[in-house]
Amino acid sequence: MSFNEPQPASEHLLEVKNLTTRFYMEDGVVYAVNDVSYTLDESETLGVVGESGCGKSVHALSMMRLIPIPPGKIEAGEVRLHGRNLLELDDEEMRRVRGAQIAMIFQDPMTSLNPVLTIGSQITEALKLHQGMNNKEAQERSAELLATVGIPEASQRLDDYPHQFSGGMRQRAMIAMALSCNPMILIADEPTTALDVTIQAQIIDLVRRLQDKLGMAVIWITHDLGVVAGLAQRVNVMYAGCLIETGPVKQIYDYPHHPYTVGLLGSLPRPGDPLGTRLLSIPGEPPDLIGLLEGCPFAPRCTYAVERCLHEAPTLEPTEPGHMVACWEKENVRKAK
Amino acid sequence: MTTMAATPHVILRVENLKKYFPIRRGVFQRHVGDVKAVDGVSFSVRRGETLGLVGESGCGKTTTGRTIVRLYEPTAGHVYFNGADLSHLKSEGLRKVRCKIQMVFQDPYASLNPRMSVLGIVGEALGAHHIATGAQRKERVAELLKLVGLNPSLMKRYPHEFSGGQRQRIGLARALALDPELIICDEPVSALDVSIQAQVVNLLAELQEKLGLTYVFIAHDLSMVRHISNRVAVMYLGKIVELTDRDTLYASPLHPYTQALLSAVPVPDPSVEKKRQRIILQGDLPSPANPPVGCHFNTRCPVVTDACFEIEPEFIEVEPNHFCACHRITLFERPDSRIKLEISV
Repeated sequence: MSFNEPQPASEHLLEVKNLTTRFYMEDGVVYAVNDVSYTLDESETLGVVGESGCGKSVHALSMMRLIPIPPGKIEAGEVRLHGRNLLELDDEEMRRVRGAQIAMIFQDPMTSLNPVLTIGSQITEALKLHQGMNNKEAQERSAELLATVGIPEASQRLDDYPHQFSGGMRQRAMIAMALSCNPMILIADEPTTALDVTIQAQIIDLVRRLQDKLGMAVIWITHDLGVVAGLAQRVNVMYAGCLIETGPVKQIYDYPHHPYTVGLLGSLPRPGDPLGTRLLSIPGEPPDLIGLLEGCPFAPRCTYAVERCLHEAPTLEPTEPGHMVACWEKENVRKAK
Repeated sequence: MTTMAATPHVILRVENLKKYFPIRRGVFQRHVGDVKAVDGVSFSVRRGETLGLVGESGCGKTTTGRTIVRLYEPTAGHVYFNGADLSHLKSEGLRKVRCKIQMVFQDPYASLNPRMSVLGIVGEALGAHHIATGAQRKERVAELLKLVGLNPSLMKRYPHEFSGGQRQRIGLARALALDPELIICDEPVSALDVSIQAQVVNLLAELQEKLGLTYVFIAHDLSMVRHISNRVAVMYLGKIVELTDRDTLYASPLHPYTQALLSAVPVPDPSVEKKRQRIILQGDLPSPANPPVGCHFNTRCPVVTDACFEIEPEFIEVEPNHFCACHRITLFERPDSRIKLEISV
């Protein structure tokens, strides 16, 4: 994969343009996703990182058109899959995209599986709906899928209910379901956050192997910068509903330009730190997103902030090939590093 | 079992501590078995140090912490605090000791009473132990809030008005109210966002320096534990499998579980991640209600031997200050010939 060569727009698998989502709540308007634009190429892995409430999940749900309307509303933007704008499809057409072309797995595998249906019936549902398989074919394919994701004695476990599976096995079953129709894109929304590290390692390893085998693109949403470091080719950093930095994984981790990315990476303990090292924490807390923010959303916590940051919101601008940052003071941040 | 010499600088000594939760069935609540949450752990904590206690969910690390402060009654074993046995103290004696051992909990939302103001929460113990009342109490609470980085003018407010990070600071102020010597921190940062985690961890370190506190830091996040701990104990299914100082543990772990656990932790550096090889453990954690016979790790261990299914490995000092419970280390191999695990993919 090359990030240096400019590619014609139509060659991107997925193109998100100016995606803006708001929630109209009693307390006011929540500006959940603000003008997010990026692209995803075939069989690429994109990491989306940010803290809770930064809009990383809502932006994915908006792409899938899964946010509750009302109170939510996709105000503006385009989500183009092979050039076709998903936001303009009618409900029936969108249903055919979900699962078949873009599949999604979620954080909590217990609440995203239906507790009163067997694992088998939940996997076969998508196969019958999207692939037009009959019961027997769907059963066979489900067993095959469960075996692919590493569940032992798969054909016998089809009749099990979700509570009979452990957390890691449930996430495997979710992945089997997501892969049932060979999607082009898999959106993984914090899929390992609820799992233990040894189980997390199993799931990451599984997704990586499946990706090699099936050639799908993956959008991996997480707050864990460690997971993304080993998995993604490119990283999007989000803060307060905005995309503030995007670039190749090595660039972002080794030469972050946005003060928030610098702070986030500094907040993590490093293996080489001697005892007693203080972490480089970010003062203050993320904004609550109710009401429109003036200027750069990070300005109140930023040590580099100047007058301009308080009034004028920065836009994403390229610094290196493929590396874009939304910060007025990026040159000073880079020099300080 | 280990016998650690009662050196004067040992503040807390835990000996063969067990906590079983009974499983009852039927109309007569017949006792049909036990969840062996903590199954014979021994360790000691030195004054002024931080002992990290790590393990995956269900390994018994939280139960260990809670049993030490007698939030749970121990099933067996002893807990010595400054040389005195806590495990059989009765009400008044226990109350006195509890001034000196405090706890910070994981969930800053559930661990603060929503109907009490910050003044009430932080000052409650001051009243209960007849240390300060009225204006004096208010003064002390203000001092404590300042200590944890909160504005004392906020003391009339209620927990819902604070963010997660601020709530954890309130929980910390409450723990500090009685000038404790030992604080058991049960996953104090795992419910917080990354940038807030760093703030709270830095605060813990500052307070330790300033007040000479001793911590038992319970967490599942190995990189955070390494950051803050002098020594680290790794738990698996109710037992400590390895205990040593942080650098030795992370540089040359002996127990196969520790090795696998460390290799599974993602490192926030793409160049490191690219080169790393992972030991991926197969399967899940067995149920503590029905742990495997022999070594508890035998169902997932990549270097398991016949002995592991029959005899439970003893937790012994294999090198100075390096404790480990593994047959491969203690029975078959000398510690200097460390096992290198085969990388399974």
